[in-house]
Amino acid sequence: MGTDGDGVAGPGTGVPEAPAGFVSCDETIERLYFYLDGELTEQRRIEIARHLDLCGPCVGAYGFEQEVRRMLANRCQDRVPDALRERVARALREESTSTAD
Amino acid sequence: MADQAQFSDLAMEFMPALYTAALRMTRNPADAEDLVQETYLKAYRAFGSFEAGTNLKAWLYRILTNTYINTYRAKKRRPEIADVEDVEDLYLYHHLAGDPSAGLGRSAEDEALDRFTDTDVKAAIESLPDTFRIAVLLADVEGFSYKEIAEITDVPIGTVMSRIHRGRKALQKALVDVGRSRGLVGASDEAR
Repeated sequence: MGTDGDGVAGPGTGVPEAPAGFVSCDETIERLYFYLDGELTEQRRIEIARHLDLCGPCVGAYGFEQEVRRMLANRCQDRVPDALRERVARALREESTSTAD
Repeated sequence: MADQAQFSDLAMEFMPALYTAALRMTRNPADAEDLVQETYLKAYRAFGSFEAGTNLKAWLYRILTNTYINTYRAKKRRPEIADVEDVEDLYLYHHLAGDPSAGLGRSAEDEALDRFTDTDVKAAIESLPDTFRIAVLLADVEGFSYKEIAEITDVPIGTVMSRIHRGRKALQKALVDVGRSRGLVGASDEAR
């Protein structure tokens, strides 16, 4: 894969020429998780967003990592057993009557 | 200062999330149920010290995580290493991209992701060492911020970031390994 998002901005990558203040693909991928996590400063966030607006390979990677995140959240749900709900409710009731005395 | 009488009304709605986290931490239902019950009892007793209006979910996770670490992890003291030196950025993406000649359509990787089952994903998460597993769970499954995770796990934010980073890499590697064993990822399909 020649344009896998790892390349430095330049001919042949998603961003033909990097204007002044424009971040490279390397920088974008390096900060991709911070961007996804919403943990960048506003200025950095805008820089990455602008790069993603223009760079196909990076936006592909970004979209994929978003999907991974969604998958992790969706595929990790477990139904609480009724017995556990009852057990906890009972334990709390017992606790409250024993401390009320 | 919070009123114990309100505890159940406020705290019970978080049980599905806490139970899921407990299952991923302990890796078995019996221990997970004990851990959740213990968490609720401790939280109930300490509820007077909970500041009303602050993040109750994070507070409950803090108790859950500490209880897990103190009760269950003490049994097996092992150094915690996530060996991810050879795991490059976008590891999973590159491995699922498959045959480069087929073109790098975004939907190809997304479709490959869809083939992972709940069991695959849970197994991959559960294969991570404790500290990395907890960091990834809190960040990616529960969506807590770095700052909240720092408070829940009682470590500096820089440590949280490093654990999440390494944990995610280890998880991507684990997903590729699971995918290989199930034939979802080509065995000879090295990245690039």
